[in-house]
Amino acid sequence: MNAVHAVAGSSAALDVAAIRRDFPVLERTVRGLPLSYLDNAASSQRPRAVIDAMSRYYETSHANVHRGVHTLSQEATDLFEGAREKVRRFINAKSTTEIIFVRGTTEAINLVAQSYGRPTLGPGDEILISWLEHHANIVPWQMLCQQTGATLQVAPITRSGEVDFDAFAALLSPRTKLVALAHVSNALGTIIPVSRFIAAARTRGVPVLLDGAQAVPHMTVDVQALNCDFYAFSGHKMCGPTGIGVLYGRESLLSAMPPWQGGGDMILAVSFEKTVYNGLPYKFEAGTPDIAGAIGLGAAIDYLEALGMERIAAAEHALLDYANERLATVPGLRFVGTAPDKAAVVSFTLDRVHPHDLGTILDHEGVAIRTGHHCAMPVMDFFGLPATARASFAFYNTPAEIERLVAALLTAREMLG
Amino acid sequence: MDLKDLYRDVIVDHNRHPRNFREIPDADRRADGFNPLCGDKLTVFVKLDGGRISDVAFNGSGCAISIASASLLTESVKGRTIAEAEGLFSQMHQLLTRDDVEVDVSSLGKLGALSGVREFPARVKCASLCWHTLDAALHQQQQVSTE
Repeated sequence: MNAVHAVAGSSAALDVAAIRRDFPVLERTVRGLPLSYLDNAASSQRPRAVIDAMSRYYETSHANVHRGVHTLSQEATDLFEGAREKVRRFINAKSTTEIIFVRGTTEAINLVAQSYGRPTLGPGDEILISWLEHHANIVPWQMLCQQTGATLQVAPITRSGEVDFDAFAALLSPRTKLVALAHVSNALGTIIPVSRFIAAARTRGVPVLLDGAQAVPHMTVDVQALNCDFYAFSGHKMCGPTGIGVLYGRESLLSAMPPWQGGGDMILAVSFEKTVYNGLPYKFEAGTPDIAGAIGLGAAIDYLEALGMERIAAAEHALLDYANERLATVPGLRFVGTAPDKAAVVSFTLDRVHPHDLGTILDHEGVAIRTGHHCAMPVMDFFGLPATARASFAFYNTPAEIERLVAALLTAREMLG
Repeated sequence: MDLKDLYRDVIVDHNRHPRNFREIPDADRRADGFNPLCGDKLTVFVKLDGGRISDVAFNGSGCAISIASASLLTESVKGRTIAEAEGLFSQMHQLLTRDDVEVDVSSLGKLGALSGVREFPARVKCASLCWHTLDAALHQQQQVSTE
């Protein structure tokens, strides 16, 4: 039985044992030991429901979308557009015209940089980001600056790993043409109180893009309540497939933006003299899309919604509290990023044991964590560290897995400390 | 594969107490090595006397494998000719990356302690960074990256 059905309609806490049975990979062993998968901020695992939805599509209904009048093409189109509606509902967008399927968060941000930013920005204009950003929310803006002559401004962070709001507000100026911020920091787990930042930017008429890659899997996201202009996220961090992600954009902005890529599906009529572009959202979806990926993402949303985003957030918060308490007992362990409001991500260093060695030693104990710069080198530089170890939890993790993490850290300390 | 095959006593010792961990201010050659994957950064300094390496040292930061490998490197190439050091580099490269080639570990002395690294593909670059950096220094390149 699917754990979703077991708990649906109940207000009780999640039945983690039943949930774990929904995830085939959690049954495997690593080096003879059960897998403790604590690298969810890099990529989550998939429940059988997602894998089955994609297999079923390929086995029974695959054809190209928006093209054929035959049955399979119609079925594929219905499934694909059905997934778009699931995404719309999940993040509470006004309309499916505001939901653009892309490869992932990175592509979504690049789309905004090139389609929104490139035609509108020029020398003297500024793009404002924060020091916490993932490289995917830095590099596309640097490229845009090179192309347009605009300048990148960076709001500083505090020692606890929070974006300094006052410094951010002071950097907002008539030159600021776009704000791009993480909703949740991938390296540290900090939840940025984005409403305040969005309000400050929008009162000055500056549009705001949020990088929601780490937020969407762990909390309820309502783009209308947030009042942001763009919101980007990836399927694979929220129990969906790799290769699919979403750009939400406010319709008034998307309508005015030129297409990013040209090709099939994004046109209404083509002649050698003139091409008429398709309407939203298809204007931004050139070529055959990742149909199975979108369907898998839709299935992941169904799965998460059946569990309930609030219960997921509560379960993950309990894991975070437990991890903080238990990791604090490990001698020589230092937390990196201590904001009071955090997603279930713990970044840390261990005295005299390099994170890279930790990664190898923990893997030998069956515990998978991320070690390195987490694609956020400026954050590492800020703390004067070459790298950290990062354990990141999903609702299917257990306190017992955190105990294994702690035990493995003590082993590492004994071996190398 | 046991972890002890990777973190052998010699490696743990050289990580805790790296040899020749210092700068040579009047080095004849120096190069920086960087492994962007894990953030390891090493600088290798070489003092030459004719064609012979009269002194060699390193500093920087890195994981146990990269620090121990660099420490072992300094011990094994000091006093050797450039040609001999390059021969060792080639042998180490084979030891770390080729499981289809028999390397005479006994001829490598303490460097043989790194033979377990081959079984941990993600860690090969850690062990080889210092060798690439030494090679760059000897060929008078300023910088080397494992990517």
